[in-house]
Amino acid sequence: MSTTTQSLHTNVDASEHPIAPFLRMDRMPHIWCPTCGIGTIVKCFASALEQTKVDLDKTSIVSGIGCTGRVAGYMKLDAFHTTHGRAIPFATGLKLGRPELLVTVFSGDGDLSGIGGNHLIHAARRNIDILCILVNNFIYGMTGGQNAPTTPVSARSSTMPYGNFEHPFNLVHLAASCGAPYVARWTCLHIRRLTKTFAEALTRKGFRFIEVIAPCSTLYARLNKLGSGLDLMRFYHDNAEIKHGADTREAEIGFQDRILCGKFVDIEKPTFTELMHEHYTKTLGDRFVPMKPEGGWIHE
Amino acid sequence: MKADPAGVLTGVHYLDGDFACGEGAMAAGCRFVAGYPITPSTEVVERISRRFPMMGGTFIQMEDELASMAAVVGAAWTGTKSMTVTSGPGFSLMMENIGLGAMMETPCVVVNVQRGGPSTGLPTMAGQADMMQARWGSHGDYEPIALSPRSPQEAFDFTIDAFNLAEQYRVPVFVMMDECVGHMTEKVVIPPAEEIEIVPRKLTEKPPGEYLPYQNNGNKVPEFARAGDGYRFHTTGLTHDERGYPEMSEECQEKNVSRLLEKIRGSADKITRFVENETDGADVVVLSYGITARVARMGIDLARKKGVKVGEIRLEVVWPFPEKRIRELSKKVKAFVVPEINYGQMVLEVERCAAGRAGAILVPHAGGGVHDPESISSAILGAVK
Repeated sequence: MSTTTQSLHTNVDASEHPIAPFLRMDRMPHIWCPTCGIGTIVKCFASALEQTKVDLDKTSIVSGIGCTGRVAGYMKLDAFHTTHGRAIPFATGLKLGRPELLVTVFSGDGDLSGIGGNHLIHAARRNIDILCILVNNFIYGMTGGQNAPTTPVSARSSTMPYGNFEHPFNLVHLAASCGAPYVARWTCLHIRRLTKTFAEALTRKGFRFIEVIAPCSTLYARLNKLGSGLDLMRFYHDNAEIKHGADTREAEIGFQDRILCGKFVDIEKPTFTELMHEHYTKTLGDRFVPMKPEGGWIHE
Repeated sequence: MKADPAGVLTGVHYLDGDFACGEGAMAAGCRFVAGYPITPSTEVVERISRRFPMMGGTFIQMEDELASMAAVVGAAWTGTKSMTVTSGPGFSLMMENIGLGAMMETPCVVVNVQRGGPSTGLPTMAGQADMMQARWGSHGDYEPIALSPRSPQEAFDFTIDAFNLAEQYRVPVFVMMDECVGHMTEKVVIPPAEEIEIVPRKLTEKPPGEYLPYQNNGNKVPEFARAGDGYRFHTTGLTHDERGYPEMSEECQEKNVSRLLEKIRGSADKITRFVENETDGADVVVLSYGITARVARMGIDLARKKGVKVGEIRLEVVWPFPEKRIRELSKKVKAFVVPEINYGQMVLEVERCAAGRAGAILVPHAGGGVHDPESISSAILGAVK
């Protein structure tokens, strides 16, 4: 992948901003609130794309619905803004339909672990070869601050006005226990570590799950009187605890409690497609015809 | 172009409708199927999962029908022809991403082997009560295409037609089978690959900088770019402009939705397909589709023996509905008799097109079997009294 290909089809010079060539600058300004963490994470992801020099022409990004669901729409890649919760199965189809693609799912906690939770666990179980970036802001942002499957106990949301009494997901533990071979968590304060993790994950295979804790000052912070986005970043600074290889059972997140960060899982494991090829080669021998890397499309 | 021989099982076979449908998909060039088991449709994917590994196809059994349909829409964007298969309860779950497929203008095929409903209904027994769901099931305005086979041979043929129509108009196309056809075993002739006409996907020839994913190219069907070909396009389920960028305005909504509707409505005469017999001078015309068309034939013969002039319209393509022809006929006949395995769905279309000029008499059946031919013949006799 050459830098020339990377800067194709964009009229924005890299000198304007180092990640401008990776964005749809004709769609700026974006819709995210001031001090929202999603933009920072997009910056880290674009930096990782730049560092790894992956072939951007063969890179697709898929989002669901919600604040983070808008990420696909701002990335200058083949980009799919799909239905609520279905980014992972949509991405599964893309990857299996054209196996040479590098497919990233970029969406939020409500989208991927609430309405789309079933797809998350099954993609991890099958080890579908996609990179899954989940931005966790502990709340449904786009719809106005409703309770999420990630809202910490006792935190307030617009639908838990007296505080949340449900147990939230420990998402890194969920992904790891379902078999994801690469599992990490950072907050969006950890921009260098996050970029490094994205870059590493881009070159790994299988279902790579990266959770990024992000501030939502408009809703989560306001409803819980936690101050501004900057105050939340300060909170991450004081309360994030980096522990690579930690037992993910310890990674639960309580309200205004410590946030365990790091790379928790990084193992070699055959992907769905590799297992399928291996199995059919064994059982069918020469009769097995795998799908071509460019897909099973029929053309003249 | 002609079919890829790898997917064509040329010969004379004794197959049930489900297997024949699976063979039709493979002959049409389908190479990605995502599905979730549901009676009475499962044999379609069982057939495909057995044969796909030998022709470069990938089958995946997803965690549910929401995921199956999402995966099919995703795979279709790679250019790989894609399909899912289900029955009523699964069809309900698929509606979400059928809407996405319609909005993103994604060529793909959805087979619904109908059973009795509502809800879990009669899993192992016939129904035709999802016809309006095929038309209106997902929210918002869009125009689907649907076909309804009456035999295993048609299950094979119409599944190929469904893929061709999906490619031509960039819409999800439905094959509305029923349990009876799905589980009925008959002779199926699969021709040689060079005799099967395939519509290939029309890829854009424009360079990436000039390509607009949703540009109206005169016939209202935009040109396609595959994911991974360097176009770096954007597509969304949100209302979008020609660039595929979301735009929340009445003007953009009007432009977007009217083109989605017009690309089908404007070509309805080319898409609608039906068989018409002995309607000249007929007092009554029986309109039917799927398995019911075969029972209706017996009902028609019984009525003829009693001297009634009965014509027949058998729908092959059920959506879009042949409005024009029904309007014309309504000026000449006394009544249409519409037997269907539901309590009145396609009859509503007949009634709408007849607009009081001719009667529209439903012969209902709640599901679980097919009509007694006599119920149809007595409705015909009643219509001319």
